[in-house]
Amino acid sequence: MNGSPFALLGHNSVTAVMAKVMAALIPGIIAHAWFFGPGIWVSLLLCVVFGAVLEALMLLLRGLPLKPFLSDGSALVTAALLALALPTLAPWWLYLMATLFAVGVAKHLYGGLGQNLFNPAMVGYAAMIIGFPVYMTQWAAPIGVAHFTPSLAEAFDLVFAGAGAISVDAYTSATPLDAWKTQARQGMAGADILVQPIFGWAGARGQEMVALMYLLGGLLLLANRVITWHIPVTFLAAMALTAGLLHLANPAQHAPPLFHLLSGGAMLCAFFIATDPVTAASTPLGKLIYAALAGFLMMIIRAFGAYPDGVAFAILLANICVPFIDAYTQPRVFGHKRGGKRGQA
Amino acid sequence: MISAILVMAGIGLVLGGVLGWASIRYRVQDDPLVEKIDAILPQTQCGQCGFPGCKPYAEAISKGEADINLCPPGGNDGVKRLAELLGVEPKPLGAGMEPKPKAVAVIDENTCIGCTLCIQACPVDAILGAAKQMHSIIAEQCTGCELCLPPCPVDCISMQVIREDVATWKWRYPMHMMKRAA
Amino acid sequence: MSRKLFPFNGGVHPDGHKEASNATPIRAMPLLPRYVVPLRQHIGVPARPLVRAGERVARGQMIGAAEGYVSTAAHAPTSGTVLAVEPRAVPHPSGLFDLCVVIEADGEDRAVELQPLDWRNLDASALRNRIRDLGLAGLGGAVFPSYIKLNPGAQAIHTLILNGAECEPWITCDDRLMRERAAEIVLGAEIMRHALGCASVLFGVEDNKPEALAALRAAAPADMEVVSVPTLYPSGGGKQLTYLLTGVETPTGGRSTDVGIQVFNVGTAYSLYRAVCLGEPLLSRVVTVTGHVAEPGNFEARIGTPLADLLAAAGGALPGAVGEIIGGPMMGFDLLDRVAPVTKSVNCLLVKDPRLFPARPAALPCIRCGACARACPADLQPFEMYWFSRAKDFGKAQSYDLFDCIECGCCAYVCPSHIPLVDFFRYAKSEIWERERDKREADQARRRHEFKEFRLEREKKEKAEKFAKAAEKQKATAGTEAADPEEARKKAILQGALERARLAKEGVTPKNTDNLPAAVEKEIAEIDARRAQAETRPESGESTP
Ligand code: SF4
Ligand code: SF4
Ligand code: SF4
Ligand code: SF4
Repeated sequence: MNGSPFALLGHNSVTAVMAKVMAALIPGIIAHAWFFGPGIWVSLLLCVVFGAVLEALMLLLRGLPLKPFLSDGSALVTAALLALALPTLAPWWLYLMATLFAVGVAKHLYGGLGQNLFNPAMVGYAAMIIGFPVYMTQWAAPIGVAHFTPSLAEAFDLVFAGAGAISVDAYTSATPLDAWKTQARQGMAGADILVQPIFGWAGARGQEMVALMYLLGGLLLLANRVITWHIPVTFLAAMALTAGLLHLANPAQHAPPLFHLLSGGAMLCAFFIATDPVTAASTPLGKLIYAALAGFLMMIIRAFGAYPDGVAFAILLANICVPFIDAYTQPRVFGHKRGGKRGQA
Repeated sequence: MISAILVMAGIGLVLGGVLGWASIRYRVQDDPLVEKIDAILPQTQCGQCGFPGCKPYAEAISKGEADINLCPPGGNDGVKRLAELLGVEPKPLGAGMEPKPKAVAVIDENTCIGCTLCIQACPVDAILGAAKQMHSIIAEQCTGCELCLPPCPVDCISMQVIREDVATWKWRYPMHMMKRAA
Repeated sequence: MSRKLFPFNGGVHPDGHKEASNATPIRAMPLLPRYVVPLRQHIGVPARPLVRAGERVARGQMIGAAEGYVSTAAHAPTSGTVLAVEPRAVPHPSGLFDLCVVIEADGEDRAVELQPLDWRNLDASALRNRIRDLGLAGLGGAVFPSYIKLNPGAQAIHTLILNGAECEPWITCDDRLMRERAAEIVLGAEIMRHALGCASVLFGVEDNKPEALAALRAAAPADMEVVSVPTLYPSGGGKQLTYLLTGVETPTGGRSTDVGIQVFNVGTAYSLYRAVCLGEPLLSRVVTVTGHVAEPGNFEARIGTPLADLLAAAGGALPGAVGEIIGGPMMGFDLLDRVAPVTKSVNCLLVKDPRLFPARPAALPCIRCGACARACPADLQPFEMYWFSRAKDFGKAQSYDLFDCIECGCCAYVCPSHIPLVDFFRYAKSEIWERERDKREADQARRRHEFKEFRLEREKKEKAEKFAKAAEKQKATAGTEAADPEEARKKAILQGALERARLAKEGVTPKNTDNLPAAVEKEIAEIDARRAQAETRPESGESTP
């Protein structure tokens, strides 16, 4: 027996939410494959398979039923985000390790679906960047820049058997963010840097289009009310503002805001990673604070940190603050005095 | 090196001083422990704990002379709350101390001889009556302590379990539905 | 007719299913052989039974009297004989029995004489007392005694809101009532306005009931406003409708009267009209029977009609039905026993079928998606309240304003994890209530115990003082006497006091019946004789003369 309500919203489930997120990722994935070659399919496939297997394994270990939890699709979304955040054409075990950290450690050791404090995909990513920095800085170069873009079969070979005869340099390059940072620190002028082939019309070649496709997917999520505007808008605004101030202060050292918004993981983070409901702040005001914090941290790490892209650490640091933010931003309840003291730890 | 150690030690001293001062300055004036314990005890005043009422038992606990698991009317829930208050491990109620369902005493008014013995026994003055007059129990004030049962010379007092009714019914913990999934 | 509306946050759009039952006029029910009238149909103290088994009653006769302040009367739905006054099944989520008057109809349906009231010239408090004795209570679901709500009290009421929003899916009883009996509803509202002394009267009706809106507009005088509000559950919630129409929030823990607004259901207005203008007590109400039934529709059912008979009047449940809901799908509850009767609060009997009401899918953990918070009309954070209710941390749950939850069900409706959120809130609330009850009782017991100790102490002291005084006096008067006899007397007095003290002490905790005075022994013997006699009497029942 259960009480009211007896009616439930139709076609509404965790599975449905996750399916919508997956669907919204598709334009970005296709763009990625278009501009960087089919390598992305290999890493996606590997992460998703590893994710599903690890999820099942952890559920078995924890004595939980497989069906409802496997079919909720949350592990798949985590795995897919991980695949999109990691470099393509890395060795297979890198994907396995990353998924292990994401699904096994960050999610299940913290209590499973809904209980984790940290964004699983970002934990996996951060663990790899700390553990295997060499692999994490080798990014597939965009088609047209690379000397060689592997086909699907060749991509499988690269991932499982290693580069072998082919030189790694043939298909990878430093990320544009990295390139900017090193060259700017060497004293190159911003305008001179941006004319190099790995840079495009606004951001990094290829990446800028992928970012726009993520933006499109994000707008779909907004339209479907899977996410609210608070986090993506604030995140991007905070990034742009910080980048703009830095650029104004020192145009030679710091790239313009648009470049930052359209390169690296900014768009993916704004719409798909920072919005992970489990680890993001949940009150309207809290979401603004959380996203502003994450966006600001991301730019600070990009500008001054040792890592080229700050997505993972910015999100993880913001995650830590979430319980605190939530506790102090509880909205006014209907019928309570305006400006009344609310919020409790 | 030495200067660093001195600086650290200095900081430590200052902070320690501030903390110490604050702990004295802002000490919370609390109810004495006995009151806090007594607030948790159910006030049935039945003496099953071996003390003549809840307050004496509270005093004994606060002095560390009595264990926290001696009050059957408080149930395991009560023991848990005492354990939380005192910062000790909760333990199950002592053997043979299972809490009984809540009950009130009822006097069979045909049988009562008006001897006033039960009135004297009742710890909360829940029994009304005068010598040679029929006595009756104010149900709302009866704690169900059963102390009035033994003195009655004609055995006319019985305990009646309080059944939950539409007004006191509680919604059950809905966890059983979650189990299907988790 | 364009009033500025103040939309509340949240809310959901469940499928209305109104068309299933709103197409046909309200149908009358045939006279049934038996009615069961519960004495606790309203919020507050149950009515005190006025009849006993075997008594004859007439329709409209008061069979339960209002007891205390928050209470109202109950009446016989038809003429006949009282079969019993005993606990019976009532429509309540617990399925527990409650005190009811069972009436066997004699088929004559003889009525007591009705006395219409000259309400325009009647003293306000006399009018309210009559309304209490006529058994009026809110028919919208909360069943709060109407006579109290008609008392303006300290705070002047400036606006009267008539709630015809009927936002729950499936239910159409107010819709039909407004369509068919708008003039009477408006008259009822007129009486309310008179009693409350307020200027402005607003009707709030959801825009999915155009016919009802038209009928009300045709019937209402120029100084009453009929407002069409957007269809959005729960716009019919008292606080929500108040805000929607006036932009005023009902303060937490308070009533809308605190801000000078009173809200009545349109059905209550109709019953008030009948009570005042015809002198008829609240004997019947309109109930929607819908869902998986042969002929869904609305029925004018007498209070006390067994729900099984009501269902039969609607052609009975169709094959494949899987139980009934009392009320709507958002806030109703499962009916556990079909012999339970229609009460003043029963507005709908909804028959479930597996297609429209599939079993709730297994719940997954909360993913903190916030959908519930966005849907909550009270601007709460349901997932936080859920988290602490589930952990039985009631203090924390309360600090997230659990008691501002109106149990509307919007949160559970939208939750993608299918968590029975409202069940947790109801659980936590009833646990907190019980704890508060226990605490009150314990505090009272502590006070009484302390007082008794204090009294015993005082008595002891007084006694000791008396003895001391007596001894003093003795000493003073006997001062001249010889030392030896004086000493002996003192000793005797002391002895006596000690003896009495010993007896008094024994009296507190006597353990057995030994050593009793002869008089008591005799009485015990008498009692035993009485007991023996009682056992041999064939009938041990009531000894009331
Ligand atoms: S056992 Fe009885 S007297 Fe002792 S603390 Fe418990 S309720 Fe009070
Ligand atoms: S009436 Fe009897 S059971 Fe009730 S409180 Fe008094 S002594 Fe205890
Ligand atoms: S809608 Fe359900 S899953 Fe989402 S936050 Fe609320 S309780 Fe959690
Ligand atoms: S049931 Fe309570 S918490 Fe849920 S939406 Fe309604 S008012 Fe908000």
